[in-house]
Amino acid sequence: MDKGPAKEKQGGTPPRFGGWFTPTAEQGEALFGYAMIVPSVLIVMFFTAGPILASIGLSLYKWDVISPPRFTGLSNYERLAADDTVLHSFVVTIGLAFSIVVLEIVIGLALALLVQQRRSRTARATFRTIFYLPLLASASSVAIVMGYMFDQKFGVINYYLGLLGISHIPWLVSDFGATATIVIIVVWQQLGFAFVLFVAALGAMPTDVLEAATIDGAGPVQTFFLVKLPMISPTVFFVAVVGMINAMQLFDQPYVLTKGGPGYSTTTTVLLIYQTAFQNLQFGYGSAISVVLLLILIALTAFQFLGARKLVHYQ
Amino acid sequence: MSTALLFLRARRATGLVVLIAAAIISLAPLVWTLSTSLRTPADAFTNPPAWFPIHPDWFNYQAVFEEVPLLTFFVNSVIVTGLIVAGQTLTCMMSGYAFAMIRFPARGKIFMVFLATMMVPLQATIIPVFILIRWMGLADSLGSLIIPALGGAFGTFLMRQYFLQMPRELGEAARIDGASHFQVFWLIYARMAAPAVAALATLNFSGFWSEFYRPLIFLSDQSKYTLPLGLVGLQGNLGTGSVSVVLAGVVVAIVPSIILFAFAQRYFIEGITAGSLK
Repeated sequence: MDKGPAKEKQGGTPPRFGGWFTPTAEQGEALFGYAMIVPSVLIVMFFTAGPILASIGLSLYKWDVISPPRFTGLSNYERLAADDTVLHSFVVTIGLAFSIVVLEIVIGLALALLVQQRRSRTARATFRTIFYLPLLASASSVAIVMGYMFDQKFGVINYYLGLLGISHIPWLVSDFGATATIVIIVVWQQLGFAFVLFVAALGAMPTDVLEAATIDGAGPVQTFFLVKLPMISPTVFFVAVVGMINAMQLFDQPYVLTKGGPGYSTTTTVLLIYQTAFQNLQFGYGSAISVVLLLILIALTAFQFLGARKLVHYQ
Repeated sequence: MSTALLFLRARRATGLVVLIAAAIISLAPLVWTLSTSLRTPADAFTNPPAWFPIHPDWFNYQAVFEEVPLLTFFVNSVIVTGLIVAGQTLTCMMSGYAFAMIRFPARGKIFMVFLATMMVPLQATIIPVFILIRWMGLADSLGSLIIPALGGAFGTFLMRQYFLQMPRELGEAARIDGASHFQVFWLIYARMAAPAVAALATLNFSGFWSEFYRPLIFLSDQSKYTLPLGLVGLQGNLGTGSVSVVLAGVVVAIVPSIILFAFAQRYFIEGITAGSLK
């Protein structure tokens, strides 16, 4: 602390540049600021911001990595607009994402409300830990495990359903079954995320508001819809946006469980990009699909923000 | 006892039943994985499953280390996750602090670019990143996973929000006493940021320990595989024959997460909630 010469009290020790440049206090602060952000800026520039622009550029080329890239203008986009596989993958992705997010919010909120009713702290903490545990496994591990559990003939799930008189659901070998399996395992694993956020939001709610509602004679259903839900709406909104962005990127589960099948029923857009670019070596076309996916994500997020203006109450 | 009270009790009891049912559904696949990993491969698919193995058979744990280089996968995962967590925590602390506390030209504009990239999913930019990785000579190396993750927009944002809440007077006083900018950052504010650092570190640990997508695309040599990639490979190669061996591998992969969670549960939870603050 006492290394700097006494006369430089105000500005501390300015950085030295071989004696030919002595920065003022403001310049010293600015230089320090730039030095501090350099590592993050380089990483974000090279590995996120740059690649976004590069994707757009690449999407105008035809390139199989082996021969040199050939500029083809918008032809990748023309091909995409008529490619049923790509269009179908958007439908699959949005359908999966929407189902997952709705179920996560409804079930997560229901469980959070129920846990909040528990008076014992230990009980609340235990349930929170239990609902969080699935998040500790990797999505690919969960997919491996669930692949065995949902097996049509030998799986433990069809075994127990069989005891209930429901016989042999074709979980992974039918279009609907495979879609349902993926929704179920994603919701099963990620429920803890929504749950933890809802518990935190409900816990932060001022008790006097709830007491006032009770005194005014509001029942539990009224209290929920008229008081609690509006007050936690920012959290619901956050879970919806983050959940949607995550679910739009589903890859590990369909890759491990179904490879996109049967047929194309679980081929998400991200899985299709992987197959197009890294298995069929169509880097230009893959980039075009990526760009469209990015646009859809931006549009969805913007749409959610606009909708939120009407529905979300920030205090 | 009045009917109203009786009704209230009944409602609370129903709530508990629903919660317990949900807890069982939440735990069952994890318990099934553990118990099946302790059965002989021949028994793995017999139903009903033995939920609580009376004679645990540890053979599968030996087998999984022999059939695939699971130890190598494990070490690779530790190296990749460890270096990313350490590196990204440091760079995000630095940039988050600068964006919150230091005045420099174009600070707001640069930060806006960071915010804009935060929403962009990795999957949408993977093709150029892959080309860049190859061009840098990092293809099929652990560096291909580590280097692009040594900084991050989200971590920067998280740290900035945390530093913004801290009193500026402390640093100003230290500056008057002759401390350098770096000393103010490192000796005063960085130390106060410990909870945010822990939240970011656990969040990154969970994310990168489980990561499957980038390893699948960037790595081809089995000796470079991380655990998630190695386990999916094991499941694919062996087919349905040795379910319990694969599950033993799955258990090995989740143990570090569970240990960390046991010690730092509150930071896992804070990591999630921190992101939801406006």
